[in-house]
Amino acid sequence: MPNEHFVVPPHWEWYILLYFFFAGISGGAFVIGTMLRLWGHPTDAAASRLAFIISFPLLLICPIFLILDLGQPVRFWHMLVDSSSGTPVFKAYSPMSLGVWGLTLFGLFSFVMFLAAVGEGGYLRWRVLADAGGLVNSVLGKAFMVIGAIFGLFVAAYTGVLLAVSNQPVWSDTWTLGGLFLASGLSGAAASILLLSHRRREAAVTDGKLMEADRYFIVLELVLIVLFLITLGGLVSKVLGGGWIILWLVVLIGTLVPLVAEWRPRLVRQLPPVLVPVLVLVGVLALRAVIIFSAQA
Amino acid sequence: MAQQVGFFTDVTLCIGCKACEVACKEWNGLPNNPLEFRGSYDNTGQLDHANWRHVRFVEEPTKNPDKPIAWSMMSDVCKHCANASCLEVCPTDAIVRTEFDTVFIQQDVCNGCRDCIAACPYGVIGFNSNTGTAQKCTFCYDRLQNNLKPACATACPTQSIKFGPLDEMRQTAAKRLDTLHAQGMSEARIYGDKEYGGLHALFLLTDKPETYSLPSTESAVLPSRNNIPGYLTATITAVFAALAGLIAFRRRGESKP
Repeated sequence: MPNEHFVVPPHWEWYILLYFFFAGISGGAFVIGTMLRLWGHPTDAAASRLAFIISFPLLLICPIFLILDLGQPVRFWHMLVDSSSGTPVFKAYSPMSLGVWGLTLFGLFSFVMFLAAVGEGGYLRWRVLADAGGLVNSVLGKAFMVIGAIFGLFVAAYTGVLLAVSNQPVWSDTWTLGGLFLASGLSGAAASILLLSHRRREAAVTDGKLMEADRYFIVLELVLIVLFLITLGGLVSKVLGGGWIILWLVVLIGTLVPLVAEWRPRLVRQLPPVLVPVLVLVGVLALRAVIIFSAQA
Repeated sequence: MAQQVGFFTDVTLCIGCKACEVACKEWNGLPNNPLEFRGSYDNTGQLDHANWRHVRFVEEPTKNPDKPIAWSMMSDVCKHCANASCLEVCPTDAIVRTEFDTVFIQQDVCNGCRDCIAACPYGVIGFNSNTGTAQKCTFCYDRLQNNLKPACATACPTQSIKFGPLDEMRQTAAKRLDTLHAQGMSEARIYGDKEYGGLHALFLLTDKPETYSLPSTESAVLPSRNNIPGYLTATITAVFAALAGLIAFRRRGESKP
């Protein structure tokens, strides 16, 4: 049974929604890039590079939204450093504190892999970048990617845990949000790579594998959506009632249509190539929007 | 450490005069509330960045046709919990525990992330858009440092709000409860001796806590309770996602350029 609290909402709105969206895709893209490199065929390297090239710029946008959302934006660094003693501020049981550190460290991995992907792909013909690109397939490079992917998973997932570690109705009454945001972030990342690979023949050879992965991520997401609604018990009307049902319909279209289309490639050929990934991305955004806004309404 | 301090608010003595609200606003320089009619004498509405005391007017229907509404007034305030949800989640350490064991938001450190607002189960903390920071009752920290009683307790004309060493407040509350029980008020109860490790604002209520918009003892839980289940679900999802990646991306020899 949900706990009864008498809270006021924190008014986390558009900036936070956009941050959650881009953080999920950035983290997810890094994870997919790593998995393609570890388990894929050498021809999947182009799609893997595309994943790393997507991850970093999207991650760069995230702190901008986070800082703009603060009441005192110039004090953003108080999240990392104690303003009076100059010592680091780190609270393992505060997801916001943990998340800021996770985001910072993931930025390092994402930046290095971005440079390596640019170097390996020959987009910039700098010797340093070419050397970095060459390291990608070494044991050290793969170990670096795996550690980065763990941070990527964290960045995509912790935003859900951040909502849950509160006393707000809905958010704090379910244990599913971390997993749900991770699954939908991975799905959005696969869709983003697919969206960009259409125009790159060398990356497009991996499209089939990305669609297959996206199917699994969408199935995971749907299972977690069902668990999310079940765990809310009597509070389910708060997220399903009123106008929120429209956003849930968008979520359903963004999951079920791509699922059916990707399961039946013939259907994919009949649809414009960008439509399915765009539907997925709109669904990912709508899912976060309905969870963030309905709980605070 | 200085002596732990506490409030004891007795709803049976509150007459709803709002002297506590006025004294609080005056001492702390808080802005006036906009004039609006809320359909009740409770025209403050809620605790927030500009209202650190709120006299709650609880209006309950009765079975007595001559007195169809029963009023109960309670001067609400930050509870300064021993295990404080706001302090637990604050990522900047702007929220600290003072030498009096009260909970204080350092205005020069807070960056307005509002995580404390999401965490507080009593809806005490408000966001001040002028300062860009979270604000709430300071327990008149400046007055405590100068051996003065908080402004609200000083102004209360009926002694509904009492202030003193926390242990003394607990004893006073227990004695008052015994008296009321002896007078036949079996519904009277103390709120705040068990919740969140013990509150620094104790209340004597004449009904269940939810009537006064206070979570029950069972619902008085900390945000950190959701850390392990949240991360565990994310980890299990990550394992399934990795398995999905392994199945989808594994070398099958069919990928030819």
